[in-house]
Parts: sequence; C-alpha cells; structure tokens
Amino acid sequence: MKRHLISAADLTRDDALLVLDTAEEMARVADRPIKKLPTLRGRTVVNLFFEDSTRTRISFEAAAKRLSADVINFSAKGSSVSKGESLKDTALTLEAMGADAVVIRHPSSGAPHRLAASGWINASVVNAGDGTHEHPTQALLDAFTLRRHLSGPGRDLNGRRITVVGDVLHSRVARSNVLLLTTLGAEVTLVAPPTLLPIGVERWPCQVSYDLDAVLAKSDAVMMLRVQRERMNAAFFPTEREYARRYGLDGLRMAALPEHAIVMHPGPMNRGMEITAEVADSPRCTAVEQVANGVSTRMAVLYLLLGGSEPAVAPAAATAATRTEESK
Amino acid sequence: MVENHSSTAGPTGAAQAQAAAADLPAPARPVLEAPDIARVLTRIAHEIVERAKGADDVVLLGIPTRGVFLARRLADKLTGITGRPTQVGSLDITMYRDDLRLHPPRALARTEIPGDGVDGRLVVLVDDVLFSGRTIRAALDALGDIGRPRAVQLAVLVDRGHRELPIRADYVGKNLPTSLRETVKVLLAEEDGRDSVLLGQKESRNDSRQDAHGGPGADARSDAPAR
Repeated sequence: MKRHLISAADLTRDDALLVLDTAEEMARVADRPIKKLPTLRGRTVVNLFFEDSTRTRISFEAAAKRLSADVINFSAKGSSVSKGESLKDTALTLEAMGADAVVIRHPSSGAPHRLAASGWINASVVNAGDGTHEHPTQALLDAFTLRRHLSGPGRDLNGRRITVVGDVLHSRVARSNVLLLTTLGAEVTLVAPPTLLPIGVERWPCQVSYDLDAVLAKSDAVMMLRVQRERMNAAFFPTEREYARRYGLDGLRMAALPEHAIVMHPGPMNRGMEITAEVADSPRCTAVEQVANGVSTRMAVLYLLLGGSEPAVAPAAATAATRTEESK
Repeated sequence: MVENHSSTAGPTGAAQAQAAAADLPAPARPVLEAPDIARVLTRIAHEIVERAKGADDVVLLGIPTRGVFLARRLADKLTGITGRPTQVGSLDITMYRDDLRLHPPRALARTEIPGDGVDGRLVVLVDDVLFSGRTIRAALDALGDIGRPRAVQLAVLVDRGHRELPIRADYVGKNLPTSLRETVKVLLAEEDGRDSVLLGQKESRNDSRQDAHGGPGADARSDAPAR
C-alpha cells in the first residue's frame, strides 16, 4: 500500500483485498467483551474535519480508539481556521504535535492530496471525503458490505453487477466506488438524470444509463446516493416529486430486483427523495450494517498504514495463499 | 511456504549447542518425522487428560499458522481418549506482538473461540516451536482480552531453548537444544504437504531474516524475537 490513502485508485486489487480481509478480522473484535486492541498504542491520529460529518468522524474516532491510538479531533468550527488560518499552517501545527496520521475531510476537492504531496507533514494522510472528488474508505466499507452479501471472505467481486443511482455529479462516494469496485472485478452501472452526471463520465470505467427500471432486474446490488441539495446552486431537476418518481427506490422497484440483491445507502438518507421509508426500513437495506462495517474497515486501514515500520505490503502471492488456505 | 524459526538475538548462547552445530551438515536435517510427530501428539494428549483429570473443561487454542493444525490434531486425540468432543479454536496474536514497529504490518490470521468461550475453563495454548517466549507472552495478552480462563497451559511440538521471557511449556513434544545460528522448521501436512521437523543452518551471517518478508502465509507469526 502507498503511505497515504487519497484515492480509491491508490489501491491495487491485492491492496484492496488485504484491507477487506483485515477488516474481516477487525469485525470479530467488535463481538468480544473487550473491544480493544493494543496495536496502535502511542500513535496519534488527528481527525481534521473542515466539513460537517457525523458517521465518518465518529467512525474514524471509534476505529482509532479500538486500536488504542490517541485521537485528536479538530473541526474547522471553533478553531483558528475561522480566524483565517491556512491549511499549511494548520498542517504545521499538527506536525508539531506529533501526528502519525491525519484523517482529513475538506469541502475542496484535492485538499488531502495537497496535504500529502506538499511535504508539510510526515504523517500518513487518509482522505475522509474531499469536495466532490473521492471518499475511499466509504468505497472500502461498501465493498466489504457487498462482499459479505454477494461473494464471501477472501474473494473479490468478480462479475457482480452494482448499480449506483442518483446524484453522481456531487458524489465523492460514486467516484471512489466506481474505481474500487471495478478494481475488484465488479461491473458498475451509473444511473442518473443527465444533469446529475459529471463531465467526462464516459471515460470512467463503468456503464451509464438514464433508465433505472431497465437495469434493476440485472443488479446484484443497488446503491442509492443522497441528493446533495447543499451543493446544488442550480436547478438540476424540475421537482423533487419528479426526481423521486424516476430515480427514487420504492417498494415496487425493490420488488423488481433479483431475490439476493441488496439495497445500499451511504447515509444520510433523504427519506421520500431517493429512497422511500418502506425500502429504508426493509431487511434488504444495509445502511445500518454499512455504518458498523465502516468501523472495521477503518480499523483495517489505520492498522495497515500505521501498524508497522512502514505501510503494509500486499504481495500477490500472500493474498493468494490466504485464499487457498481458506478454501481447504 | 515454510515457517522459519530462527533467531539472531538471545541472552544465552548454549556452549554445547554451539559445539554441536559445528558437526551439522549444511542441508536441513530431519529431527522428527511423521510417525514421531503422531506419537508425540498422542503422548501430549494423554498427559493433558492426566493432568486435567479427564479434560472436561479443556479448550485447545492453536496459534496460527501451524499451532492451529496441531491443536486440531490434539483435539481429535483427546476426543478419542475421553469419548467426548473437545473444544478447539485458534488465537491470532499479530495485534499483540511486541515487534510490530520493526516490520510492515502483517496480514491477520483468524481467531476462533469455541462457542462456550474460555471463562472458567482450562485453556491449553498450542504452538509448533517455543523459542524466545514472546509469542506466548502476546498470546497471554490476547487471551486476557477474550476472557478469564481457570488456568492456562502451554503445549509445544518443539522447545528449542533461548528463552527471553520467564515462560515455560507444560507439555513438550521434543526438547531440541539448538544454537542461535540454527533454524528449526516445522512442516505439517495441512500446510506443507508432509509432516517433519527440520534442523538447519541459517543461510546468511547478516542479521536480517530471509523469511521476514515471506508474506503473511509464511510468517503470520513466529516465535523469533527480532523479525
């Protein structure tokens, strides 16, 4: 693995499988009476959040604490950033405090890359969502959830058909998922109104469709994206009702899915918009499970980046050996 | 892939072992073969039953990779002796190692605790080679986070000496005096295709271990102190 996790494209197939297999073991820690491991004792993880977040921040915090790391939470509100401090000066402050990893969320696409590539800090940088660019740990936890339901431990997602529906234009989750799920062998189809697809989407390694009903029957999983009204400064669709009717997932559409298919949502959900309450509360919707899987996946990422003298190596032979061992 | 239990550091260097090392041939020499290993495991199983007065509450926990296979074989033998199913599982110690910062992170192995847990039971840790004792130290820490056994005992196939911690085994398959320039390799049919314990010479004189980057399949864990 590289020293930083900025993009899902940083992960090779073997890296991704190593993270998922490690997360599988981390998940078992959650079932024990003592949900803590001593592995990152004495390491400091800074959660640097320039944008609001509930589940990602507490998920990273829980992950770091379960590995016994010291956690410093930093949010732009109530910090010197509101006095005009630059990203560079904030980074230098964190460096002076001895941060071993910086988990950063930022409204500007590319801020984590800047932090990692600038030479301001020695810490590993983990992208926890930057603007409309990427959110690689979300893609990892989605892949973990998909694998649990569709293929099983040690396997990739070869040939599985994943449909990602909704506001792709503003979604960092969609981009990271397309990259990672494709790396793992899945076939991804994006479904959205033309106004909510980014420029250049035809060069992404996926299919694009404007018709949700046409792809549902062929989907092993459907991932609903939140309509990000806070990022919408123009009219992207006529009315919310029209959007919900054409691109929302309701009980009828869910019934058109194959029996084994699951419904995913990265949260937070707009009930009645992209997903109806009936679907959100059905046992086929994995939204809550995804949150639990997020902690295990982030534990795996932190362990593999910080747990040793350098980031973990994932030789092809090693992952292959693990898999044959399990198939015996 | 072969797990290579060799060492570069240790507080004691047994003089007689050093001398013995001088007459050893360069290629690895078998010290236990398949029938010996089977006999040794049968004896250890009987010893466990004898000391535990029936082995009612015994839980065998193997330490990955090869300790797990040994634990399963011991469990089969215990079941044969007592006529009751024996609780068996595995305990991965990777996250509790004291040398994590000396190497890139390792892939984790499976921890599988039998359904009834370990609280109030007699846990017998099972490993292939006992060397520095650091693996067992880590295993005791890992066990403490899982439950509170009535007692903990240790069974190993080979004890090669050179302890760096105050730890000893309760059941030993074979005591094998070694020098620190020698390697002890345990091969088991489940992982390596055949059963054997090989005593060999360390290949290089420099202190880096040739198997330190052999991948998680090869060295998910090791008793060696400085890997």
